[in-house]
Parts: sequence; structure tokens; C-alpha cells
Amino acid sequence: MWAVLLLAVVLAFAVVRPRGLPEAAAAVPAAAIAVGGGLVSWAAARDEMIMLGPTVGFLAAILALAHLADAWGVFGFAGALAARAARGSPTRLLTVVFGIAAAVTAVLSLDATVVLLTPVVFATAAAAGVRARPQVYACTHLANAGSLLLPVANLTNLLAFSATGLTFLGFAGTMALPWLAVLAVEYAVFRWFFAGDLATPARPQPVAPSPAPRFALVVLALTLAGFAAAEPMGVAPAWVAAGGAVVLAVPLVARASAKGRTARDIALSTNPLFCFFVFGLGVVVLALRRNGLDDLIAALTPSSADLLGLLTVAALAALLANIVNNVPATLVLVPVVAHTPGLVLAALIGVNIGPNLTYVGSLATLLWRRILHARDEPPSTSAFLRLGAISVPACLLAAVVALWVALKLSTVL
Amino acid sequence: MKVVVWLAEGTWQACVDAAAEVAPPSASITLLHVTDPALASDVSDAYAGLVGRGSGTRDPGRALDAEAAHAAEAMLAAAAARLDRASSPQQRRGRLEREVVSAAEGADLLVVARDGPVTRLGPRSLNPPTRFVVDHAPCAVLLVWPTAPPPVDTIPPPPPHKAAPPHKAAPPPPPHHR
Repeated sequence: MWAVLLLAVVLAFAVVRPRGLPEAAAAVPAAAIAVGGGLVSWAAARDEMIMLGPTVGFLAAILALAHLADAWGVFGFAGALAARAARGSPTRLLTVVFGIAAAVTAVLSLDATVVLLTPVVFATAAAAGVRARPQVYACTHLANAGSLLLPVANLTNLLAFSATGLTFLGFAGTMALPWLAVLAVEYAVFRWFFAGDLATPARPQPVAPSPAPRFALVVLALTLAGFAAAEPMGVAPAWVAAGGAVVLAVPLVARASAKGRTARDIALSTNPLFCFFVFGLGVVVLALRRNGLDDLIAALTPSSADLLGLLTVAALAALLANIVNNVPATLVLVPVVAHTPGLVLAALIGVNIGPNLTYVGSLATLLWRRILHARDEPPSTSAFLRLGAISVPACLLAAVVALWVALKLSTVL
Repeated sequence: MKVVVWLAEGTWQACVDAAAEVAPPSASITLLHVTDPALASDVSDAYAGLVGRGSGTRDPGRALDAEAAHAAEAMLAAAAARLDRASSPQQRRGRLEREVVSAAEGADLLVVARDGPVTRLGPRSLNPPTRFVVDHAPCAVLLVWPTAPPPVDTIPPPPPHKAAPPHKAAPPPPPHHR
């Protein structure tokens, strides 16, 4: 019971963030209480943190890599590329943004799409005289739903990756079909949902040519290839990402007039407090799992990876992600279904696509932010909620069926 | 005479041109742009949904807000230049349809552009906010096409169950006299 209370406090703190304190301010003490109070042994907590270590290290490195790519102008270049390819057509701009958002999410993780790509896409649409709603919502939706392809695309994938027993390329190969299915469903939903905005004509504006940041693009491509190549040699992807980040960082710092400040910005972009939060959350969830949650979840989840089993796990994962947020949902679900890799992948489909339903991560966050917004501004329209209500069930279904087909194919081949 | 011109992305040029054509020289022209903060706040919410990421300094919603303000300024300046006569800019924030209707209070004419598909004459040549404005405007409304209007034969045929009886059917089209 105490473990439930601890997790509730950690998650509530992360939602409310009193006085703007970082989430780790509650998660780390809660983890200490869980260990000190005997809810989980120190040895188990230490093992959990050792297990989370490479994941958290990778997270820090990929956050820095995205920040550096931005500093090198990669996102500005992507915006210019989109504007040129769109030639003044809102529909073509949506198509190009879909491609760019899916690629950025897959390679640089969903944080990069939400934080760095979305404002660029808005500015691109505005400069092109296009109503930006469809393209902006596409970025936020694909940050979640488009993160199925690579293990590096989402923190949830990283947390579950070792449980799948797949290699980097094996993961990508199995998830390629679900990923494409989700992109196709999202695209169809967007074309229909935003038909009005997309039909509004725009006048093609001249787009200034922008040079490609070749060096940064080459480093990113090599880093991506490195993820796949280094793994058979036993090198964790965190080291590859860190290597890419260093190669991008050194020339920037050397060139900068305020070297200290540039270096500090890069160091801060790894978001160390977030990393502590993940450690703390991992221990608190472990305490909860040890005190009955594992048995409860095991009773709810099917044991075989047939189509019904995959659907059940994905739906349960999506539901859990909307109740407690997708990172704790992953920590709770994956160990229970780890006996069957197919079910782990189905759980990932649920926790990655599911958040688009309440879009702020969880019901509690949604309610809390509505309360906050009601104070200063009239409540905004619920376009996001309606969009999620339509796209999430369709995407879940399409992705699970595609996963089922991919799993069948992999046993046949 | 007070004329309010609602400027929206993609269609504002047509509104400015129409205002320049119909407003007498003595008219006072207001160029209106409304920003709906819902988009930026939804993006903020999506960022908040990424649990554990911490402080709001990286909040993309704020970046979006700044970009939106910048884009609105640019549009108002471009519209004033295109109009090429005295006008006053007005910026508002809120639900588009509500703000436009309230900005039109006391005006004699509101200039609005259609913003649906431009390849056929309706139905649905107005997106919901524009439809609301046309429905609720407290003054005369000038509704302009953002591009050359499509030909009349693009109207879909009436549904069969509502077709007029044969003796009331429209006469065959008269021969062209061009």
C-alpha cells in the first residue's frame, strides 16, 4: 500500500510541479524512502539502477545530440526543405512534414520532434502563408505514434529493448511494418480531419535557398549507422550517441566566442535532472511491483502472442499510459510480459501510440492543466482530444495487426 | 463608414483587394488579425505530457507563441502595404470567430474571405470559424473568393430524392451569346 502512495506522490508531483521544482525532487527522495522503509532491498534497487544505467546514459546523449543538431541548423534546414517541397500547397506541406517528423522522431527521439521541430514547422507554415494547425498537430502526434521504428526513438523503447531479445536491426525490421501502418492511418485521419484547413489556398511564397548543414547531417547518419554496427561488438548505443555528440560539439565550442557558455549549454541539454528522475521512478515502480503489482498485471495480461493476446496487451498498455503516463506504464508492464517478445512489442505499441489520446500524457495531467488554463485564458478548443479519439484506436488496431503479420513473417522466413 | 478587414493566412490578399475596391476614400479601414492561442497551448500541453523533462524554459509552446506574434506582425505590415492607403492595424487573441464578431461591433462592413475548397462552388466553402462569423456578424458582410471563383457548373447536382418534378425542372440552358 505504501508503494502505491509513493508512486502516486511521485507522479502527482511531476504533474503539478509545485514552485517549478524538478520532478526528480520528489522521485529521488521517494526512491530513498522505498529502500529505507524496506519496500525494496538495496541490492534489488541497485540492480535496477544498473539495469537502467545504459538507458539513462543513452537518453542524456541523444538529448545532447538533438540540441547540437539544432545548433548546427539541421532543423532550420528541414523547415526550408519542407517549404521548398510544398510549393505553396498546404497538403504537400503536410505530407513533407509527416516524412520529416517521422524521420526526426525515429533517429533523434520524440523530444527532438516536440521541442525542436514543432516551432520550426510552425514558422515554415506561417512563412508559406499556410494555416499551421494540421502540420503542428502532425508533429505532436508523430512524436508519439511515429516512435515505433527504432529502439532509440522513445524512452519507452529503450526501457523495453533488452526484454525483446532483438538486435537493433531486428527491432527495426519487426517494427517497420507497424510503424508504416501507423503513419498511413495518421495521414489518412489528418487529411480527413483537417480537410478544411488543407483546402484553404495559399499563395506560393519565394523560399530563400538554405545551404544543407552537411557536416552535421553526415555525423547524424554515421551515428545512426553506428547504433546498428556497434551493437554486435557489444558497444552500447549510449557510447555511439555520445561519440556523435562530441564530434558535433567540439567544433561548435572551438568556434564560439563564449566557449564556457556554449559548453555549459551543451552539458545542460543532457537534462541531468531528468536522468535522476528516471532512476528514482525505476526504484519506486520496482517497490510497487515487488508488493503485488506484478501479480495483478500478470493476471490481466495474456500469455501468448496470438492476435488477441497482442491486441489485449496493446490496449492495456495504452490504457495504463493514459492513467499514469507512458514511462511508468512501460516500467510496470514490460517485466510482466518479458517472457514473450511479441507481447513486449505490443506493449510498446500501446505505450507509444496511447499518449495521443489524452495528449498531455495522462488524465491527471489533462485535468490539472485544464484547471491552470481556466485561470488565465478561456479553455481552448478540444481539437486535440477529438483528433486523438479518432486516430488512437485506429492506429492501435492497424499497428497490432501489422505486428502480428510481421511476427508471422519472421517465423516463416 | 467603418470597414473591418479580417486577415487570415492564405486568403488575406483577396480581402485587402476587395476593401480597396469597395471602401470609399472617406472610410476608416481596420486591418484585423486574430491569433488563436489554443494551438500554442496545445503544443505546451504535448510537451508537458513528456513526463520528467523538467523546467519550462524549453517549452515549445512559448516558441510557437513568439513565432505566431512575429507572423501576425508581418501579415499586418504586408496587408497595410498592399492596401496602400490609411488604415489601422488591430491584433487580437482568442477564439477566432468570437474575436472577429466582437471586433466588427459598430462597423458598417466586415470583409471576410471564403476558406474552404476553391475548386468548386460549395458546399462547405466556409470553415467553421468563418461560417460562425458570417452567421453572427453584427454588420454587413462582404464575402470574397480568395481566388477566381470556380464556374457555376461545379455545384453538385441536387440529390435524387429532392429533385424537382419534371414539369418544374429548370429549362435547358440558353445558348451562349458570346
